[in-house]
Amino acid sequence: MGAGHAHRLYRHGHSAVHALPPHTKLAAAFGFVVVVVSTPREAMWAFGVYAVLLGVVAYAARVPAGFLLKRLLIEVPFVAFAVLMPFVAEGERVEVLGLSLSVSGLWGAWNVLAKGTLGVAASVLLASTTELRSVLLGLQRLRLPPLLVQIASFMIRYGDVITDEMRRMRIARESRGFEASGVRHWGVLAKSAGALFIRSYERGERVHLAMVSRGYAGSMPVIDEVTASRAQWSYALALPVAALVVCVLGWAL
Amino acid sequence: MGSVSDLVNTASLEVSGLAFAYPDGHQALFGVDFSIARGERVALLGPNGAGKTTLVLHLNGILSGGVGTVKVAGLPVGKEHMAEVRRRVGIVFQDPDDQLFMPTVREDVAFGPAAAGLRGPELEERVDRALGRVGMAEFKDRPPHHLSFGQRRRVAVATVLAMEPEILVLDEPSSNLDPASRRELADILRSLDVTVLMVTHDLPYALELCPRALILSEGTIAADGRTAELLADDELMRAHRLELPFGFDPRSVTMGA
Repeated sequence: MGAGHAHRLYRHGHSAVHALPPHTKLAAAFGFVVVVVSTPREAMWAFGVYAVLLGVVAYAARVPAGFLLKRLLIEVPFVAFAVLMPFVAEGERVEVLGLSLSVSGLWGAWNVLAKGTLGVAASVLLASTTELRSVLLGLQRLRLPPLLVQIASFMIRYGDVITDEMRRMRIARESRGFEASGVRHWGVLAKSAGALFIRSYERGERVHLAMVSRGYAGSMPVIDEVTASRAQWSYALALPVAALVVCVLGWAL
Repeated sequence: MGSVSDLVNTASLEVSGLAFAYPDGHQALFGVDFSIARGERVALLGPNGAGKTTLVLHLNGILSGGVGTVKVAGLPVGKEHMAEVRRRVGIVFQDPDDQLFMPTVREDVAFGPAAAGLRGPELEERVDRALGRVGMAEFKDRPPHHLSFGQRRRVAVATVLAMEPEILVLDEPSSNLDPASRRELADILRSLDVTVLMVTHDLPYALELCPRALILSEGTIAADGRTAELLADDELMRAHRLELPFGFDPRSVTMGA
């Protein structure tokens, strides 16, 4: 069985941010990221203001700082690249603590680091205040191609089923004395992966059959109509609009 | 459908002269004829490979292209009425994980009626009623993979009941159920007033639930009669690879009302 009754990313709560309709939150997070990315990297103060804005949202959503920071660790592998930039980039160089660093590289690293971190923080806030299921409803409402939404929703539904199948296959392998201990065994693992693929494919066909039997004709019926009032929209869009003001000031100053 | 007497006289399901061969040349059905009256509960028995699944997939037009006709409450199964036919024939597949494909129980049960155009409070009421009939009302907002196997099977029945079908077709309803879940499902099926066609290898279950049984063997209906009599006919049973569980004697079973 799966872990808990909701996805691990989601943090259950009843704050005003939790209560907003999902599509307004999606639009707000997307708008915010676009604004952040289009801010000039030289306007360093602007990024500070963005961070404060996110902090206000996190406070309103009652998401503790520790929780948010821990989730931000996902960014680490991507940041590694940014750290390399000052060393490998060409152009004018400066001495910092005895190291010769490229100026444009430093700016580049700052750019990736600041914008990346803000983007990830916004996504983490979205994910921890919106259930995965509602995210899908929101995407549907925002008229994302229905096929994409359906694929995502099947991933949620069948992720556990397929993990379980994988676990059963592993137990069956091990019960017959198999232990993956080196390259020699990769062949067996590859075959298991192939078998898992075929099983999942066949399940897909059976699921399709069940869907067609209940009147599926190419598009998912609308079961939950998500709607947002003007007040909810303006509440959600306060974040990207405030960010836009900062961005414009960043360009002007 | 005109008068009330018409409604009573129309059979829920009428299959006549149905024959079908798969594109690879394997012929699965060789002229199947039977009819099921409204409100009947009928078991479809037969050995593996007898064509049971092929027959079931003809009932709502998933497979077609052979000869013969299938009529659901008088409506011929064919391209022009496909949506209505699929609403009228509710198939519960063997593996509930195939049947329950939506993220929550509620959405899954709502899928069929919503596909038929139902919305809002009406849809909600339909979902509640269907879940109530299988005793799963309090599991509405759970994801299906957090339910036990027996509960998932009951929800699978509800997904089909929500479409208010003319006939409920169950594929191996008792498979993988523990005895308690098996009995609970039997109680639920008995409490429904719909026509039921039950495909099964579980002969005691067939005897318990279905007064009438059909034996499908090698693509034709080999026998059609009272379940108790068919199961007691040793020669017939042996001829079609049907075996009762050890120690089970259909003659000694006294049936409740």
